[in-house]
Amino acid sequence: MEPLLEIRNLTCGYQTEPVFTRVNLALYPKQLSGLVGPSGSGKSTLIKAMLGLVHPWQGEILVRGKRLKPGTSPPKVGYVPQVETVDWNFPVTAEEVVMMGRYRHRQFSPWSSRRDRLVARELLERVGVAHVAHQPIGELSGGQQQRVFLARALVGEPELVLLDEPTSGSDLHVQHELLHLLAELSQQGLSILLSTHDLNSVATHLPWVVCFNQGLICQGEPTEVFTPATLRQTFGADMLVLRQEERVLISSDATTLLHELRNDLPPALRRNNSRSA
Amino acid sequence: MDFLLKPFQYDFFSRAMMVGVMSGLLCGVMGVYITTRRMSYIAHGLSHAILGGAVMTYVLGLNFYIGSGIWGFGAALLIQYLTGRKVYSDAAIGIVTTASFALGVAVISSYRKFSQNFEAALFGNVLGVSPTDLWVVTGVTIFLLSLVFVFYRPLLFWCFDREVAQVQGVPVFAMDTLFALMLATLLVATLQVLGVTLIISAVVIPASIARLLSNHFGYMMVISGVLGAAISFAGIYLSYYFDIASGASVVLLSTLVFGIVLIWTQFQRRRQRHIPSLHPSHLS
Repeated sequence: MEPLLEIRNLTCGYQTEPVFTRVNLALYPKQLSGLVGPSGSGKSTLIKAMLGLVHPWQGEILVRGKRLKPGTSPPKVGYVPQVETVDWNFPVTAEEVVMMGRYRHRQFSPWSSRRDRLVARELLERVGVAHVAHQPIGELSGGQQQRVFLARALVGEPELVLLDEPTSGSDLHVQHELLHLLAELSQQGLSILLSTHDLNSVATHLPWVVCFNQGLICQGEPTEVFTPATLRQTFGADMLVLRQEERVLISSDATTLLHELRNDLPPALRRNNSRSA
Repeated sequence: MDFLLKPFQYDFFSRAMMVGVMSGLLCGVMGVYITTRRMSYIAHGLSHAILGGAVMTYVLGLNFYIGSGIWGFGAALLIQYLTGRKVYSDAAIGIVTTASFALGVAVISSYRKFSQNFEAALFGNVLGVSPTDLWVVTGVTIFLLSLVFVFYRPLLFWCFDREVAQVQGVPVFAMDTLFALMLATLLVATLQVLGVTLIISAVVIPASIARLLSNHFGYMMVISGVLGAAISFAGIYLSYYFDIASGASVVLLSTLVFGIVLIWTQFQRRRQRHIPSLHPSHLS
C-alpha cells in the first residue's frame, strides 16, 4: 500500500541548532499512531514540518508519492494545535471555530452557506458537543474545547489529522473518550498522528507508537516497542515495564526518592495516613 | 429645533461631522481586529510614526495622504520584519515608531512656521477639514469596508489562529501585509479628526465596549462601528456647544460610555449569578 504521507531524511532546526536529524517515517490510511517522546524532543517541530509551518533544512515530504514544496501544507490535512496556543478569550462561538475549517470550500463570502452550517453541525454532533455550538469557546470545558478543535480539523474532509498533545491537561476519562473517538475515525479510513508524552494512559492504548527524541528511535506496536532499553533511549531515564497479557504498564524507577519523601511527611500525617474526608 | 440645527448651517461643521462619523465607523470596525489581535500598541505607535511621514511629505512638497500612507505602511512592515529577529514585538514598535516621531519633531523644530499645523497633527482639528479631505475619507471608508467584507473569513481565521489558518490554506503572509496596509490607510485618513495622540481611543474604546456586549466577532464589528460613529457624532456636536477641542470631546465621551457599559455589564452578571439552594437531598 502506498503511504499517505512519507518523510524522507528530514532534518529541521531553529537558528543554528538542529531539533531533529534524518527522520524517515511513513503514515498510511487507517493508521492511528502516537508520536511519543519527552517535552522538548522535537515532536511539535516534526508535526509542524509535516504541515509546512517549519521549513526543513534537509530532506523531503511526499504526499501520495508526490513531493511537497517546502513551506506548503498537504492538501487534505487537519491540524489540532496545543491548547496553550489558543486565545480562549477570542470572541467566537464553537460553531464559528468549526466553520473556519471550511475555508478551502468558501473563501470570499462573510456569510456561511447552508451546507457549511450543516456539515459543521453534523461534526459537532459527531464529536458530542452540538449542545454548546452557540457558546463562546472560552466558556467550554477543556474536553469540549478539545472536541471543537477536532471538529474544525475534520470539517474540511481531510485524509490525515495531526494532533499536538491533545490529551495533556485533561483527566483520564476525557482522554479515553478522545482516544475512542480517534480510533473510530481511523477505522473509517482516516490517518491520525497524535503527539504525547503520556505513556500509560495514552501511548499504551494506541495500536502504533513512534518513539521520538531528536530523531526517530523506533516504531511499532506498544507491546513490542516499549522495553526498558527503548524507553531509556527515548526519555533518558530508567523505567519499569510491567506486562500483563496484552497490557503494558510503565512506571518510573525513582522509587527510592518516594520512600525518602514518605519518611519526610509530618508525624501528624504519618500516624493515620489513610483518613478519609 | 433651530438651536439644535444651527451648527449645520456652517459648511465646515457639516463637513467635520461627516468626516468624524465616517472615521468613527471605520476606526470602530477596524478596532475589533486590532484589539482581538492585541495590536493596540502597534496602532498607537504607527499613528505617531505617521507624524514623521506627514512632516517629511510637507517639507518635500508631496501629497500628504500618499506620502504619509507609504511612510506608515513602511513602518508597519519594518516592525513586522524586526519582530521575530530576537527583538520583542513591543520593543520593535517602540524603536521604529518613536524614531519616526522624533524625526518629525526634529524637522518641525527647525521650521518655525509649523506650530499651528503641529498642534493639529497632535490633537486633531476636525473643524479644519477641507472638501478634499472629505472625499478622501469617504473613499477610504468605502475601500476599507469592502476589504473587510470580502476578506472577512480569511482575516477572522488569521486573527484567531494564524498557524492553523496557514495549514487550511489562508495566505497568512499576504494577510499580514494586507492588514498593515489597511492599518496605515486607516490611520492616515482619520488622523485629522483626533490627531496622533488621541486616535488610538477611537480604535480601542468602541471595540472594547463591543467586547463587553458580545461574544460574536461579526456582531462586535457592527456594534463597534455603530458606536464609533454615534460617539463621534455626539462628541463633535458637544464640542461645538461647550467650545472644547473636538478630539478631546470625542475621547472623553467614549470613555464615559465605556465606563457606563462596564458597570452595567458587571451589574448584570452579578444579578444573573445563581447559587443553587441547599435542599435536604443535597445534604444527605
